[in-house]
Amino acid sequence: MQCGISAGKGIQLEGPGGDMQWCFSQVKGAIDDDVAEADIISTVEFNHTGELLATGDKGGRVVIFQQEVENKNLPQFRSEYNVYSTFQSHEPEFDYLKSLEIEEKINKIRWLPQKNAAQFLLSTNDKTIKLWKISERDKRPEGYNLKEEDGRYRDRNTITALRVPVLIPMDLMVEASPRRVFANAHTYHINSVSVNSDNETYLSADDLRVNLWNLEITDRSFNIVDIKPANMEELTEVITAAEFHPHQCNTFVYSSSKGTIRLCDMRVSALCDKHSKLFEEPENPSNRSFFSEIISSISDVKFSHNGRYMMTRDYLSVKIWDLNMENRPVETYQVHEYLRSKLCSLYENDCIFDKFECCWNGNDSVVMTGSYNNFFRMFDRGQRRDATLEASRENSKPLQVLKPRKVCTGGKRKKDEISVDSLDFNKKILHTAWHPQDNIIAVATINNLYIFQDKVN
Amino acid sequence: MSEDNDETQTAEETPVEETESQDKVISPEKAEEAKLKARYPNLGHKPGGSDLLRKRLQKGQKYFDSGDYNMAKAKTKNKQLPTAAPEKTEITGDHIPTPQDLPQRKPSLVASKLAG
Repeated sequence: MQCGISAGKGIQLEGPGGDMQWCFSQVKGAIDDDVAEADIISTVEFNHTGELLATGDKGGRVVIFQQEVENKNLPQFRSEYNVYSTFQSHEPEFDYLKSLEIEEKINKIRWLPQKNAAQFLLSTNDKTIKLWKISERDKRPEGYNLKEEDGRYRDRNTITALRVPVLIPMDLMVEASPRRVFANAHTYHINSVSVNSDNETYLSADDLRVNLWNLEITDRSFNIVDIKPANMEELTEVITAAEFHPHQCNTFVYSSSKGTIRLCDMRVSALCDKHSKLFEEPENPSNRSFFSEIISSISDVKFSHNGRYMMTRDYLSVKIWDLNMENRPVETYQVHEYLRSKLCSLYENDCIFDKFECCWNGNDSVVMTGSYNNFFRMFDRGQRRDATLEASRENSKPLQVLKPRKVCTGGKRKKDEISVDSLDFNKKILHTAWHPQDNIIAVATINNLYIFQDKVN
Repeated sequence: MSEDNDETQTAEETPVEETESQDKVISPEKAEEAKLKARYPNLGHKPGGSDLLRKRLQKGQKYFDSGDYNMAKAKTKNKQLPTAAPEKTEITGDHIPTPQDLPQRKPSLVASKLAG
């Protein structure tokens, strides 16, 4: 996908985030400020073609949007995402034995690559992973011999001839059904699922363990990482995220609350407690403070599409790692460095524990992550430019170009800038997703989903 | 803005002064730490340590253990069980919960507003 360059003419729109100018496309969700807990969006994920966009929320519901493909030759090609299917994936449970309340919040959704007419996705809450099949029905049978159209049985005496039922077209119906339930394999809270490139297995990770599953088998799971100490008093770190390599089916990574990433090779041994590679940036010990470990905790790890890099998100920054270099990242981007002098209050209001996600664009040239005040950040790796944009109802006129935002850290605040103390820390963008091929992004605020598009798509 | 990691210096580090006199120039992070310690003098020195992590692992735990149960049993020996469904927070310690007393968490029957 070329960013804003039309063949031959070299038209480039100079703007933030490199050659891209982001425009508002759509917003989904309620306008009112009174947000019900269930409506809090907890995950956003495009499928492998970008045609489908799934969201999960705290109420255990999944909503899938489908892209309506308009004429791509039109100069202002706008593709709209409309509701395709919605279903209740998980329900609240209570584990009486452990006296544990199990939230129905959907922690992650991951799509399977499409193999046939139906679509499949994995959705998980804290304890249980489910494989959902989403299929279309656009024909129905008509002309049964024994039954009327409404289902009532026909009076036998009126049946005089035999007829062959036919399939007639009907309004499209999209049905979601749970095909597999992968339960009882996690003592702690599931934070990640990742489908393997072999299309047969997937991993699920909780705070202390990573399990390997076969998509067909629900009553067995292999534990491949276990960092639980013999004595829980010795617990020093937990697993925060895990992901399979996009091409190498034997390789996966998991990140920790101490800011390290371990790469494991499943060919080496059945239990991958010994990492093959340990990625860790050395810290200057004189810089260490009470907050150091907390803000170094990695909240998300994502391989690049080409499989050569991985990106990690910690509280204040995004880091790009070359898989061949363990001792330091190759690039570091400051998301909101101005928060470093606010860590005390961010600790008190728990914001310091917010788990931001990050994502790559289709060709791995730009990365994106969220921040507070409904701001989100984009870093163009090649152009060495970054942008701060805002998802808000005020900037939601059709095709309205997003103006870059700026946070003022020093004394004099320029017009249009916002001071650090005026930031709304309740308006956090934790979940963002980038279309796998095109410059279309989905940005989730607390309860709304924004879709933005590059102007010159 | 991006930084290529040629050095291991972090953004807030101030080089020379810190080695000479620790108090001269304090990084914003250390200033925040001082603020926190001033507000909470009893704060332990292991911030990311087992206490915080164990709290995280125990998220969702409603009732403590059999000790809690026995304490409640002793307290309610002469008390009547409350008839109305108690608040979530009142349930431990004073009252022995039974499955019927637990606040019923029902799934949301309302469709997501994103689909509206």
